Amino acid sequence: MTRNWQQAREARSARIESGAKLAKGKIVEAHNITSLLEAVVRPGDRVCLEGDNQKQADLLSSALLAVDRAKVHDLHMVQSGVVLPEHLDLFERGVAKKLDFAYSGPQSARIAAMLFGGKIELGAVHTYLELFARYFIDLTPNVALIAAVSADRDGNLYTGPNTEDTPTIVEATAFKDGIVIAQVNAIVDRVPRVDIPADRVHFIVAADKPFFVEPLFTRDPAAITEGQILTAMLAIKGVYAPYGVKRLNHGIGFDTAAIELLLPTYGERLGLKGKVATRFALNPHPALIPAIESGWVEQIHSFGSEVGMENYIRARPDIYFTGSDGSLRSNRAFSQTAGLYACDMFIGSTLQIDLQGNSSTVTASRVSGFGGAPNMGADARGRRHPSEPWLQAGREADPDGSPLLRRGRKLVVQIGETFGDKNVPLFVEKLDAIALAEKLKLDLAPVMIYGDDVTHIVTEEGIANLLLCRNAAEREQAIRGVAGYTDVGRGRDAKMVQRLRERGAIHRPEDLGIDPLDADRSMLAARSIKDLVHWSGGLYAPPSKFRNW
Amino acid sequence: MEDLTYTHTAPRPAGGTRPMAIIGVVASGNLEVLAERVLPDAECRVEIRTAAEGFGDVWNAVIADFVERHSPGGIKFSINDGGARPDTVALRLAQAVRLLEVTP
Repeated sequence: MTRNWQQAREARSARIESGAKLAKGKIVEAHNITSLLEAVVRPGDRVCLEGDNQKQADLLSSALLAVDRAKVHDLHMVQSGVVLPEHLDLFERGVAKKLDFAYSGPQSARIAAMLFGGKIELGAVHTYLELFARYFIDLTPNVALIAAVSADRDGNLYTGPNTEDTPTIVEATAFKDGIVIAQVNAIVDRVPRVDIPADRVHFIVAADKPFFVEPLFTRDPAAITEGQILTAMLAIKGVYAPYGVKRLNHGIGFDTAAIELLLPTYGERLGLKGKVATRFALNPHPALIPAIESGWVEQIHSFGSEVGMENYIRARPDIYFTGSDGSLRSNRAFSQTAGLYACDMFIGSTLQIDLQGNSSTVTASRVSGFGGAPNMGADARGRRHPSEPWLQAGREADPDGSPLLRRGRKLVVQIGETFGDKNVPLFVEKLDAIALAEKLKLDLAPVMIYGDDVTHIVTEEGIANLLLCRNAAEREQAIRGVAGYTDVGRGRDAKMVQRLRERGAIHRPEDLGIDPLDADRSMLAARSIKDLVHWSGGLYAPPSKFRNW
Repeated sequence: MEDLTYTHTAPRPAGGTRPMAIIGVVASGNLEVLAERVLPDAECRVEIRTAAEGFGDVWNAVIADFVERHSPGGIKFSINDGGARPDTVALRLAQAVRLLEVTP
């Protein structure tokens, strides 16, 4: 007997054939979409229901939820974002059974409850790059349900500014005998640019309303506190300046928004323009507009887009990556790779830091997933190109090592006020992630950034430089030494903290010559969303929930 | 409301010559600090009127660190607190000391 080497291809052809009965060419009417899914999806399939960080294939989510369970059941969902309620309703209904994902933002509490209740069989919680990588090895989708702005009649897709995960999902699915179904906002004669070529797309459906996109990266400057301004000044003067960090990624919290708004004021005063923060792997943060307009920023590559930034981006192609149509081209997989390998620093907020510097955004009742922070906030062991910040961090970590053999280090900076939202302490003896792992019997606690990757912790009390700590006891005291009046901070060994300060492993604001009077909201380049609109020359169009005028 | 008073000896007198300074606002989660140069050079006193009761040990720690880091000898601080977090208290006290130093 000779082996049939084309079983998967033949199976795909059979699926397309049964689906084609419901389509005109590739186009399927919206009211037929559930029947289409019943025709092409098989029980137990691996399905990627495009749920990205921002855009959601919401029509296809509802359609999949409505399938006849006799025909479609026990699916294995492999998608980066679990964002819509429908994503979890699939498990309640038994349409889906197993889940591998990366980020669960708004569904973090429900997903925890369903995991604990046994409603979901969990594969693993991934970082974005890790899940994308598995799409090509052992989690290749049989069916991908994706979202695009428009399609032509051949099936060429325009994904617009929020391209995000689509090229990666389609690559893995279409080239390994899977089926690609796209929901689009409109079917047009000619797409503005081709983001996905037609021969990778099998069916398209026009949705009656545009796909859902969430403005995740808009931080209102009006909500930035003086404590955050002080912390941001510490980061700029105590980390950006001494290492000369030009290539970096910022997290999405208020702490880094404060930094973005201080670059054209405080950073300018320190003479840092052109010397730090010039090239970013970053979503189009509105808070960066004043720095861009002041000439600080040379280039930005983005994971996704941001609602309201479309026209600003279109008018600034020297800064952003744009397509032949003039709009942003984002790509999560490439931007994550850029953040991992081509950035010298990650700086971002977290919810909990323990005494070893491990950090987590998971709390006892929420499984929020990781998204991209672990890729940004990890030393890239495969990196080989030198840069001054990377080499300097490597020298500090291993001063006696051979310069030609010593690895550099990525600067991985955790920033936050010692007390966060609702006065919850940032520093803890034991991460809630450990309790959660015990409760759910996970093999691994969901740690966002491991302590051995963290190089600096910045709070309003000061900067702990963990590169300069030589053992676990020093690390612990350096962390306690910037933990303020939390229980962890008050449990410090004052003498050891003083010695660490003398050695420069801890810097206080006064050690850096930071004037507390500068910790004032007048230091922010923009103090409101309206100020950001003015800075943009009216090009930035904030979503209505951020407008108060 | 709770009234707390802490008296410390300070190794050095506060810098500058301004007789008094005021900073902050009485609002929820914030505080107002009045600093007056009215005590002997080696003395420092902090009088607190706070809306949040039962945080005496945290105030004690915040004030002790403040005196050690800034040595505000000769200054009496009067705090009207609206339940500010300890880090906000520390920032306002540091700002008050700086205000005494800068020429008006």
